[in-house]
Amino acid sequence: MSQSLGYWGVPLAVLGGILRLSPPFLFVSLGECLTEKSGRINLGQEGTLVMGAMSAYGISYLSGSPWLGVLAAGAVGFILGSIHGWFCSRPRVNDIALGIAMMFLGEGLAFYLGRGLIQPQAAQLASVNLGWWSHQPEIVAALKINILLPVGLALAVIMWWAFRYTRWGMIVRLAGESTDASRAMGYSINTIRFLATAIGGFIAAIGGAFLSLYYPGSWNDNISSGQGLMAVALVIFARWNPINCIYAAVIFGGAKAIGPALQAAGYSSYTYLMNAAPYVLTMVIMIITCSRTRAWVGAPAELGASLR
Amino acid sequence: MSSGRVEVTKHGAPGLEVIGMSKRFGSLKALDNVSLKVQPGTIHALLGGNGAGKSTLVKCVMGFYHADEGDIVLGPKQVTVKDPREARELGMGMVYQHFTLVQNMTVLENLVLSRGKVPGVIKWQQERQEVEHFMATTPFKLSTDAKISGLSAGEKQKLEILKQLYLNTKLLFLDEPTSSLTPGETEEVLGMLQAMVRRGELTIVLITHRFREVMRFADACTILRNGKFVGTGQVAELDQQRMSDWMIGSDQVIQTASRKETPSGSVKLELQELQAQGDSGVPALEKLTVSVHGGEIVGIAGVSGNGQKALIEVIAGQRPLTAGQILVRGQRYRGTRREIQMHRLNCLPEEPLHNTCVGHMSVTRNMAMRKFDQKPNRMFGFFLHNGRLRRHALDLIRRYNVKTPSPESPIRNLSGGNIQRAVLARELCEPSEVLITANPCYGLDFHATADIRSQIMEARNHGAAVLLISEDLDEILELADRIFVIFEGNLIYETSAAAADVSQIGQAMAGHSSAEELVHA
Repeated sequence: MSQSLGYWGVPLAVLGGILRLSPPFLFVSLGECLTEKSGRINLGQEGTLVMGAMSAYGISYLSGSPWLGVLAAGAVGFILGSIHGWFCSRPRVNDIALGIAMMFLGEGLAFYLGRGLIQPQAAQLASVNLGWWSHQPEIVAALKINILLPVGLALAVIMWWAFRYTRWGMIVRLAGESTDASRAMGYSINTIRFLATAIGGFIAAIGGAFLSLYYPGSWNDNISSGQGLMAVALVIFARWNPINCIYAAVIFGGAKAIGPALQAAGYSSYTYLMNAAPYVLTMVIMIITCSRTRAWVGAPAELGASLR
Repeated sequence: MSSGRVEVTKHGAPGLEVIGMSKRFGSLKALDNVSLKVQPGTIHALLGGNGAGKSTLVKCVMGFYHADEGDIVLGPKQVTVKDPREARELGMGMVYQHFTLVQNMTVLENLVLSRGKVPGVIKWQQERQEVEHFMATTPFKLSTDAKISGLSAGEKQKLEILKQLYLNTKLLFLDEPTSSLTPGETEEVLGMLQAMVRRGELTIVLITHRFREVMRFADACTILRNGKFVGTGQVAELDQQRMSDWMIGSDQVIQTASRKETPSGSVKLELQELQAQGDSGVPALEKLTVSVHGGEIVGIAGVSGNGQKALIEVIAGQRPLTAGQILVRGQRYRGTRREIQMHRLNCLPEEPLHNTCVGHMSVTRNMAMRKFDQKPNRMFGFFLHNGRLRRHALDLIRRYNVKTPSPESPIRNLSGGNIQRAVLARELCEPSEVLITANPCYGLDFHATADIRSQIMEARNHGAAVLLISEDLDEILELADRIFVIFEGNLIYETSAAAADVSQIGQAMAGHSSAEELVHA
């Protein structure tokens, strides 16, 4: 299959894999980045992602419009984020414990509601072909991108800009840095964090829609395989900077693409080991960043305040 | 109600009159019919010990609390203040003891955010020009793009004040503003404010417990004790003895342990070229070397943030060393429980509730933390002997005068002074060989302070080697036999207490180490 390209087939397949596998990471980490910037952790993003994937698939199947599916995913993510945000604004509620509960709630609900969606084929999101200039079928296949990818990149840039140059961005950062300062300036911490969690859920759920409506492009129980949880590691790796989330997503997407790429090139002996690459990478990143002295450089000061 | 004099200076700085203010928290009467009269364009000091009601009074005026009774007259008219925002609209502002700046943001971002009205999209270039233009009209100079986390305590204090001026505050309340400043910085900051007050641009109410500042900067002062008004007057007409009698109550005499001549003992604590990292990964200690003899107090002065926190944590075993070693009585010391018990090394850090207590555990349990695992306190080598621990706690509570509802109360419910006493009792109930203490009297009133200082002196007189790390220079001067100054993780200045020169220590605290530098400066 890769005779015409020789060994070049592997990096090309990895590149193609990055373009297909990174966007979910990007959306979830951007959503989590927004939530964490406001000083709250949402570990329920895994549930949001799966619920997003299921509802996008379901709505696309029922309506025939994949874009309506994407919107539906966002709306469901918004609702899940709102639930998390509302519960966390109650006194003595721990955001981490609640996040884990929300993760199981989201997954359980998605599997339950989506049990009839495994068979039918829903309308998929269209892709843009960037490989039109080539006659190599591998290149054409690798360079197909989904329109959600540029949307995610633009969102990262917009979020970076908004954190720096807009009132709302400053207020979110303020809430993440100092509860006292926010209160002293008359902003309601609970309102800010509620909105940041809800909108963060919206963004994360779009990543789910990408999973079920583009790649792998179907609905099943293993659709996310922990990408929502890995988003927490991504955000730490990105040092809470939306632009860095792009690099983090590329690295994780790349790690995920290695296994299939090698398999496609005919090296099948280490497939299972290579498929574990993203998880190994998550662990390596956690170990590197969890040193006592460096773990919290750049972190919003209020983040996990209840744990320290 | 009005005195007939000017109620507002021509630059808009108002006078303030508080009449018959009372405030009750549950059964505690925090303020009892207190009156205060501040002339426009003056610095008025508000003096008193802990719990005297100074902060409560000011917070009632600022709208944080709502007074049960009492009137506020600001300038020419009577006002009611519902919340701090309303106080701000009236031109009143407050600088707190603890900084309220956002650490991870720049000076510019902090100032713009403090304004409350922030445009949807911020044009930083324009904001920077405006802020720099405004700064030029004040005596305070700061770089607009500096991050707060990189500023010194003095710079942060200047920025807090600058923020108030930026918000167009005309009546400024300062709550112990100099507690983290060097003498030089204190002089600079209060001096600049004094000049503004003299020009009639500002009226200041200064909450403090330092007579030196009152005598040097204030025009008038009012003294509170136990929530009641005790006295007021022009500073020029009062002397320090009179004010301190008013503050403490002349009926009470404070006992201080006196320094006994002790024979120079052997070296009990040696710190050799200690290196450690701070929280952010930057070096906090750089080859810090000092040795402490038995029967002496070595005082380490310095502005906070120069490695004091890392130093005490390293000795207490709470932070790893990256290089260097600690010797206690000639033996390598690594902070294991066995070594701590063998060498009888005790530790009294600042804010003991956070640093060496478990807040929700009882006073009994907290007092037992040093010894619960030792012989008579465990049964069959396994079970805790709770009755014995309780009797031990009751004994300490009585001997050290710890005010607690019962030995079973969670320790965090106690007041700051009593937590400090409880920890001191735990650490000093048996003769100590080495005592490490950092800001032991931080936030405590006169009585508690005198009490704790005399206990430390007592430990020294009994032959303990005491390392006293403090940001309060007066405390160091009172207690220490030898004085060092810590700056950026190293000791850069040494003097004996007898030869101590406050201005030279102050210079060293600001980083001017050698005599050579002083000459050039």
